[in-house]
Amino acid sequence: MYDIIIIGAGPAGLTAAIYARRASKSVLVLEALSYGGQIINTPDIENYPAVPHVSGFDFATKVYQQAEALGAEFVFEKAVGIKDSGSTKTVVTTENEYECKAVIIATGSENRKLGLDDEEKLVGRGVSYCATCDGAFYRGKKVAVVGGGNTALEDALYLADIAETVYLIHRRDAFRGDEATVTSLKQRDNVKFVFNSTVTKLIADKRLTSIEVTNKNGEADTIEVNGLFVAVGRIPENQNFAELIKLDEAGYVTAGEDCETNVAGIFAAGDNRTKSVRQLVTAAADGAVAATAAVKFADSLR
Amino acid sequence: MNIIEVTKDTFEAEVLKSDKPVIADFNADWCGPCQMLKPTLDQIAGERDDIKIVSINIDNEDDLAYDYNVSSIPCLVVFKDGSEVKRSVGLKPKAEILKLV
Repeated sequence: MYDIIIIGAGPAGLTAAIYARRASKSVLVLEALSYGGQIINTPDIENYPAVPHVSGFDFATKVYQQAEALGAEFVFEKAVGIKDSGSTKTVVTTENEYECKAVIIATGSENRKLGLDDEEKLVGRGVSYCATCDGAFYRGKKVAVVGGGNTALEDALYLADIAETVYLIHRRDAFRGDEATVTSLKQRDNVKFVFNSTVTKLIADKRLTSIEVTNKNGEADTIEVNGLFVAVGRIPENQNFAELIKLDEAGYVTAGEDCETNVAGIFAAGDNRTKSVRQLVTAAADGAVAATAAVKFADSLR
Repeated sequence: MNIIEVTKDTFEAEVLKSDKPVIADFNADWCGPCQMLKPTLDQIAGERDDIKIVSINIDNEDDLAYDYNVSSIPCLVVFKDGSEVKRSVGLKPKAEILKLV
């Protein structure tokens, strides 16, 4: 039996592993994919204290190595549920079951899809959820960004330097994102705003060739684009724990800054819990808070 | 077997004319998920002699990326007998990559 099992090896989970190992607890980290979480998509992190520039990949690799050197065990399996019998908790993965005293859920979030026909089929053939990853393929081409938050605005600005034309499609007539970015976008001749509209159809032969956009009066229009960047928010990956753990309407674990969930001994850290600022530094902070609480809980069972 | 770096000039011989199924890994140095995927591909290359794995750097080989409609990386394209049979975009665990072949 482990003292603490951490589900998710992103910045929150890895930081939790570091803190728990430094408190001499046995630690198992379960990860469905690869360590690092969504930060590995960021080419350059500029807002982490004492680190003016680092790539997301380098950052993630360093934190992973730090946790591993301290003695955290890693198993690459997807956790699909937690069973709670008070002093013992069992984490169920697609392949095994692991017992522990305390659990930290640090599963993060995934990109929200538009939910259109062929969307999945066209990922990598014109549809993308990451402008900084895939923007380079659209040099001199026409692209559209859909969304109204900071990610959409920043994606549009990033793509404006690369693409010939950037259509920014938003279902309302004003953006939720930062005014400063909106101002920068308005100064770009190649950025065209399409307000009060949603993308209603993806048109493709072998790859995306155009999109159908419908405005709030129900009028449809076709825009020729080579690429569509979807930035309509993220969905927390908590569905597998919903039976046991209380989630809010949007699917986030209801947990405050203390990272405590409705179940004693189960904690939530990082982007998957209710919080106002989802940043690298707050994910790491959650890892420290949740690990400290989990250590205290494990000790209380002696 | 090691992963072979492939260019436009060697693509036909290494991929299209291969007698084994080929996983072509389209990637770039600046792509974090691509670097994450690499150890898994190295592992598969070491374990499976019946599969050939090749790496294509899209910054140097933009023609190949264009010809095969690659617009997101990492992108794994599986070729059998000279034709594409499956592809997968994004970081994937080992079991899912093996399912492609």
